[in-house]
Amino acid sequence: MKNISIKLTSDTLSLQECYAFVEDPACGGIDVFVGTVRNHTAKKTVHQLDFSAYGPMALKEMEKIASQALETYEVYKIAIHHAEGILKIGDIPVIIAVSAAHRAAAFDACKFAIDRLKETVPIWKKEYFEDGEVWVNAHP
Amino acid sequence: MQIQVLLFGIVADLVGEDRVSLTIEKNSSVKKLKKMLCDQFEQLKNYHTYAVAVNEHYAQDDFVLKDRDVVAIIPPVSGG
Repeated sequence: MKNISIKLTSDTLSLQECYAFVEDPACGGIDVFVGTVRNHTAKKTVHQLDFSAYGPMALKEMEKIASQALETYEVYKIAIHHAEGILKIGDIPVIIAVSAAHRAAAFDACKFAIDRLKETVPIWKKEYFEDGEVWVNAHP
Repeated sequence: MQIQVLLFGIVADLVGEDRVSLTIEKNSSVKKLKKMLCDQFEQLKNYHTYAVAVNEHYAQDDFVLKDRDVVAIIPPVSGG
């Protein structure tokens, strides 16, 4: 769909690419969420994260979220890009960009998209500490 | 009938494989497949907090499988 950009890649995500995709003369605002790799979990120091995905299904689920966002909120375009593989502290695992005529819809759609992504998209991260590694959320 | 089962995240680590092939009787449900996995892999005895997808769509326990379906075992996701 031309109003939706979905990507799952082992390349570095591009903020500029997401921004350029959603930019539209009819929009009055662009909301961008950038997820970054944090250096700690609880009180433990994190060295890196390893993201793995069930690729074909992850793309479908991301597409579903984007379509729902466009149906539910008054927004023009949405980009949902996610990274795979090893990411270091400060690297970007996810970018969501949304454009809308008015800011409220852009904020709402962006929050909806990242919240849903964390619930339904089959992507997993493993945290690497000095003394071991653990799958995040594996034992809720 | 033959079912491909894809394993991810902690489940792949527990089993030590990222895919297994199972022979299961015709018209089996997702629930039955879960039980079969549990019986076949001791490591999954105490691990039940996963969702299941059939041919890349989430499926409930009562979903009936067909020959050559691809089932994915999806432990709690943690993207983003």
